[in-house]
Amino acid sequence: MPRPRRASTADDLKLNARLVEEILTGFIGDETRRAGMERVVVGLSGGVDSAVAACLARRALGRRGVVAVLMPYRHSHPSSLKDARDLARKLGIQAEVFDISPMVDAWYARDPGASRVRRGNKMSRERMSVLYDRSVVHEALVLGTSNKTELLLGYGTIHGDMASSLNPIGDLYKTQVRQMAEHLGISAAIRRKVPSADLWPDQTDENELGFSYDEVDRLLQLLVDQRGSRASALEAGWPRGMVDRVLRMMRRSQYKRRMPIIAKISERTVGVDFRYPRDWGT
Amino acid sequence: MSTKVVLAQIAPTLGDLDRNLKMHLDEIRRAVRAGADLIIFPELSLTGYLLQDLVPECAQEGESGPLLKALARASRDIAVVAGWVERTPGSVHHNTAGCFLNGRLAHRHRKVYLPTYGMFDEGRYFGAGEVFRTFEAPWGRTGMLVCEDFWHLSSSYLLAQEGMEVLIVVSNSPVKGMDASPAPPGKAAWLGLGSVVAKFLTCYVLYVNRAGYEEGWSFAGGSYAVAPSGKVLAEGGTKAGERIAVTLDDTQLRRVRTAYPLLRDEKLDLVRRELDRIAEARYRME
Repeated sequence: MPRPRRASTADDLKLNARLVEEILTGFIGDETRRAGMERVVVGLSGGVDSAVAACLARRALGRRGVVAVLMPYRHSHPSSLKDARDLARKLGIQAEVFDISPMVDAWYARDPGASRVRRGNKMSRERMSVLYDRSVVHEALVLGTSNKTELLLGYGTIHGDMASSLNPIGDLYKTQVRQMAEHLGISAAIRRKVPSADLWPDQTDENELGFSYDEVDRLLQLLVDQRGSRASALEAGWPRGMVDRVLRMMRRSQYKRRMPIIAKISERTVGVDFRYPRDWGT
Repeated sequence: MSTKVVLAQIAPTLGDLDRNLKMHLDEIRRAVRAGADLIIFPELSLTGYLLQDLVPECAQEGESGPLLKALARASRDIAVVAGWVERTPGSVHHNTAGCFLNGRLAHRHRKVYLPTYGMFDEGRYFGAGEVFRTFEAPWGRTGMLVCEDFWHLSSSYLLAQEGMEVLIVVSNSPVKGMDASPAPPGKAAWLGLGSVVAKFLTCYVLYVNRAGYEEGWSFAGGSYAVAPSGKVLAEGGTKAGERIAVTLDDTQLRRVRTAYPLLRDEKLDLVRRELDRIAEARYRME
């Protein structure tokens, strides 16, 4: 466990949770209505990120303004489905369950040797596909549940769990999401759960990443929010291996945080010099 | 003489000028009914903030457009400060705030300091204003600043040297850098700045920031009024639609300026000499 001599302590990550709740519920309500909708659909995994997003949406849009979509795969941990159901019940919101095993298994029947990473990405995109389909049925927007730590490290599936119409928690580090979860009264079963994408048995985020969220969130805050250099991170006592790995992950996943790159040909190109706000006229 | 002011902490609709004008006229009518003498709307109140390529599409030519004419008409009953995108005859777009008084546009300030760093990109879309000027209003000699202008102390200083008694600051200041403090970060800085400027330039400071959301940004509200003594007279919360009422009293201004004749004792010639010397040294070709 590194002991940084200075810069970015756990205290720097502390938020005024009441004020953040006010801003984020305002954001969800405002952006949903601007899109001409009154409802969101959210993929509820049983984890803390989607729990916080759903809870904020419930407060912003009311009981009928949120539809929880639960999408287990046959390998998913049984507690994932149970915790998601319990949360939906507690929030008083509609919960739909769709088992994605038939779709994913049908696809890989022709390719049984596919790696677990491919299968995991497929599951993630299958869920995205279900969510967008259900969003039409419910006349709703898809609520995003990627947190800032995942976005910065690229620890997510592009066009899968990273896809959404609006994301209330994308500027909150994982440890800050946990703080919000506590503030919002989300159950200990969800808050204390070991973070996992639950794409294969015994997968955990921190094993895959090689560091804990408590650690990496503090390092990311130093590197990103405080604009610290690699040298300043090393000087602050962070291990070289971890700093370089985090910097590499951020650089290599930059494409995931951007729209597809377009070759410039014309006078005015989408995303380059054709720049209009999304909230135009709303 | 006392002046009743309403700080209208609205959330305009991005790029929908007709809807925003209607909101202005509704707020104006309400303020007139409440007996107010002056209503102040935030920066770019007629257009919204994150316009990007909408800037030329939202621009008003001169003062003849229907939007500005409607505000001018409304100012027969109450003075109105509002913000819009102005296009000059030379096709430069400015982030402009204006004061409508007795049926006409009495004064206009083109934002001088266009933030173009971090989350801000104004220098890409707007040309910078080049002057700070005061104007005579029923409540006293007045200066106007737009948002970032206020963060350059020389802006308020110059206006004060021209006799400013009331400073109107309009802004679109967003929430950023959230931490554990009780108020949105930045709120304390804005209020501190207003208190310092009011106290040291012995003038009223009326600050109107917008609220609401654009493109994931949330605007912090927190509009306020500070007396020439530095005392905070009124302070808004974070919500859109808040109307903060405050009364200015010119006897208080006289009293403070008598007790603290800071402006009387200012050595303008010394300041100019020193600035000339510093500028000459800085820009001298070796």
